[in-house]
Amino acid sequence: MEDLTKAELARYDRHLIMSEVGPEGQKKLKNASVLCVGAGGLGSPLALYLAAAGVGRIGIIDFDVVDESNLQRQIIHDTASVGTSKLASAKKRLNGLNPFVSIELHEMRLTSANAVELFKRYDVIADGTDNFATRYLVNDACVLTGRPNAYGSIFRFEGQLSVFGLKDGPCYRCLYPEPPPPGLVPSCSEAGVLGVLPGVIGTMQAIEALKLILGIGRPLSGRLMLYDALEQSWRTLKVKKNPACPVCSENPSIKAPIDYEAFCGLKEKPVSNPEISVQDLKSMLDKKEKFILLDVREPHEYEIAKIPGSTLIPLGKLPERFGELDKAAKLVVHCKMGGRSAKAVQFLREKGYDATNVAGGINAWSEAVDPSVPQY
Amino acid sequence: MSIEIRLPTALRAFADKQEKIIVNGNSVGDSLNELFTTHPRLRQQLMTADGKLRSFVNVYINEDDARDKQGMATPVKDGDTIIIVPAIAGGI
Repeated sequence: MEDLTKAELARYDRHLIMSEVGPEGQKKLKNASVLCVGAGGLGSPLALYLAAAGVGRIGIIDFDVVDESNLQRQIIHDTASVGTSKLASAKKRLNGLNPFVSIELHEMRLTSANAVELFKRYDVIADGTDNFATRYLVNDACVLTGRPNAYGSIFRFEGQLSVFGLKDGPCYRCLYPEPPPPGLVPSCSEAGVLGVLPGVIGTMQAIEALKLILGIGRPLSGRLMLYDALEQSWRTLKVKKNPACPVCSENPSIKAPIDYEAFCGLKEKPVSNPEISVQDLKSMLDKKEKFILLDVREPHEYEIAKIPGSTLIPLGKLPERFGELDKAAKLVVHCKMGGRSAKAVQFLREKGYDATNVAGGINAWSEAVDPSVPQY
Repeated sequence: MSIEIRLPTALRAFADKQEKIIVNGNSVGDSLNELFTTHPRLRQQLMTADGKLRSFVNVYINEDDARDKQGMATPVKDGDTIIIVPAIAGGI
């Protein structure tokens, strides 16, 4: 193991004076590596604290660009980094915080083809992604490579925290064998998230990662912690290893990462449904063409911004309320950014409706057609 | 039997924004059925069409997963808390 330099001894003084860490523990941190999956809300405090604590090699995998709407919670980035790569922005900040640690950037999407090789290069994996497909991929690749997963996830005002994939401990599939079908659980971009929440959960992931490296305390394995910011409460639940788990049991059926996008139903359909631009929509409205403009967002979003003349049926209500729509009419469907409306179009077409999606949703409408409609 | 059912924030919209609902039941299944009687929209959120708990929703009795006990038949007693824990994936 590489020794600590004089400058490092000075920097990590508050660790060195605790017997649970001490110079030996700090050397362990220096010689350890953690892969942060995602440089967003959870990845921000996670990577910052790991770097500050002196974890010698920190990898980050992400392929996104910093957006203004990220800054409400993604504190590793700043206003000047809007429009630039999240990885470049994170590296700059982490190097500024601690020049003694090395930051490795993986600008790519985590896939079943690259996950195992990438994970093998790190001691601990910290999952801070934002979708079920990647979460199952991270879990399975952790089990397959024997790497522990410091897991955190967030939604609106709630967080979940655990450590999966320890020997004899459960994995994420023991807790949730299958992901929800697409469309049933909204993402943070659709449902919102309290900006401070990932600060709480990501920081706790960093604590678990440090404990795993140092071998101190009791890792959060076999336990799921639930955080409720509104109640300001924590609850600890037991998670047992599933003896029939498809990935971490003695006779697993999954022996290599599978095609998670298909598994989670996220794979794009080869035949795409009809789609128009917001400009097309504007010209249809101007020409007073006959059609129903269907908005599938939630009522509170409708209050913030709407396109005049639209009919509101939230996506989740469509299965029970689609009968209210005239089957002979042409339907033009929009949401905030085009994702939920694409699902609605797919659903309505299966029910025999002539439905068309509006690409980019009301945000694109505000951008390109009517700036008086607020973006959110 | 006074059983408290705790709902995650995502489901409170289907239960008049309440975070907890008190029911009277002798088992987990009983208690959930009473919940669905007063808040019918929760049934579709939590159960499949054939009456099974959805695979991404876990039900806990105090700190134990119902699956590790007797599932829906698990008996509950006065003062127990049933916690509904759906999978969440957000992170960015």
